[in-house]
Amino acid sequence: MAVNGIPRTASVEDRRTLAEFLREQCGLTGTHLGCEHGVCGACTVLLDGGAVRSCLLFAAQLQDAEVTTIEGLSAEDGSLSPVQQAFADHHGLQCGFCTPGFVVSVTAFLSSNPAPTDGEIAHALSGNLCRCTGYQGIIAAVKAVAGR
Amino acid sequence: MKPAPFQLHIPSTLEEAVGLLSQHGEEAKVLAGGQSLVPLMALRLARYEHLVDVNRIAALQGIAREGGWLTIGAMTRQTTAEAHRDVALVPLLHQALPLIGHFQIRNRGTVGGSTAHADPASELPAVALALDAEMVIHGPAGGRVVPAREFFVSTWTTGLKPDEILTAVRYPVWPGHCGFALEEFARRSGDFAIAGVACGLEVDQDGDVARAAIAYFGMAPTAVRASAAEAALVGSPARGADLAEIARLAASNTDPGDDIHGSAGFRRRVAAHLTERALERALRESIHA
Ligand SMILES: Cc1cc2nc3c(=O)[nH]c(=O)nc-3n(C[C@H](O)[C@H](O)[C@H](O)COP(=O)(O)OP(=O)(O)OC[C@H]3O[C@@H](n4cnc5c(N)ncnc54)[C@H](O)[C@@H]3O)c2cc1C
Ligand code: FES
Ligand code: FES
Repeated sequence: MAVNGIPRTASVEDRRTLAEFLREQCGLTGTHLGCEHGVCGACTVLLDGGAVRSCLLFAAQLQDAEVTTIEGLSAEDGSLSPVQQAFADHHGLQCGFCTPGFVVSVTAFLSSNPAPTDGEIAHALSGNLCRCTGYQGIIAAVKAVAGR
Repeated sequence: MKPAPFQLHIPSTLEEAVGLLSQHGEEAKVLAGGQSLVPLMALRLARYEHLVDVNRIAALQGIAREGGWLTIGAMTRQTTAEAHRDVALVPLLHQALPLIGHFQIRNRGTVGGSTAHADPASELPAVALALDAEMVIHGPAGGRVVPAREFFVSTWTTGLKPDEILTAVRYPVWPGHCGFALEEFARRSGDFAIAGVACGLEVDQDGDVARAAIAYFGMAPTAVRASAAEAALVGSPARGADLAEIARLAASNTDPGDDIHGSAGFRRRVAAHLTERALERALRESIHA
């Protein structure tokens, strides 16, 4: 598979999830594991462009797939993507555990819906849990990227 | 690694997949989108020696209109179906799909997977049941078609044999003056519904109800039809029907569970309100259709 544009070849145990493969075999520890059963969204990555839970996929299923992680969203020189910058500017994070999942989800959401309503934003964020912020800073960040 | 060890098979044809399932019997399980199966395995509520991943089988993909039917390949992702123009021909399906979990779940979860998983609180089994959809199944002996009423047996249990694969769901496109409404109550958007109902109504030229379908989810060990309430509606004038009374009758004939999300009595009261609202919407739509 290609991870952030870099081809990766590895042998994996059948039950190894994509999240574990990314963290342990690619050293990409930005993808966080919270619940490991699909509920929290911390592990969200882009699979062939669409946001998915990497804890619910097995790495061995994904031959030839293109995966983008939080590390792949910032520019080569390390400067932040617009969504990342907005999270920093609008207090969209505190402890940061949930943040990679939110940033990846929001990036996918805004690319399919660049001018969302408040209701659409709330609905789109419902698949990611944050225990710190109370979500208001995250909503402000999404609105800022959407130019509102 | 949270799931117990298993061997992953990735066949590229239906025949190969069925062969693997026959070979391994009860020790094998079909892996579709994995959005229900993998959590169950991660929590060790389920373990299998073999998983047969059907994601690469082209014959299970796609959406087709044929006569009065819309056929959706089992491995069609829920987001793909949601965005497909022809799915609007089956309004209940169109209304149900966006209510399944979150977009990240629907990007991977499939129409066939949600139907075959037969979770009592899931939207799609109730939609299939309401519409009298047909399940297209393939096994070692070839193909067969099973009506939705015979398919959903109990919680997480269907008429599929261990060596059979659901290949498609065929939804009838109702002709005539029809209206459809799906209503559900969940505490947060994306959660499984505490109670939900899918309604379809057809009104004839004289303004009488010609056909009625009311199917519940989250209200019994499996999706259920409210047959007595449907019978009470059919043949009566659409305008002036006592929808509140019919909704109460429908909701009283259910068997919901008691849990931390709500008592059985609470669920019945919620279901009666949802049913009244859904019938009103469906009726208004069918009169103006
Ligand atoms: C956080 C979260 C929230 C969710 N919320 C909802 C919700 O609100 N409503 C809802 O309905 N669902 C919800 N789901 C479940 C989700 O919709 C799943 O996508 C769906 O239930 C199963 O589809 P799948 O393709 O992922 O199937 P899998 O998980 O791969 O399979 C589920 C079961 O069906 C069997 N199966 C799958 N496909 C076939 C086939 N073609 N032939 C034979 N057997 C097959 C499998 O063997 C397995 O037993 C949620 C899931 C998560 C993680
Ligand atoms: S770790 Fe994947 S959803 Fe929680
Ligand atoms: S910032 Fe701590 S969980 Fe979201």
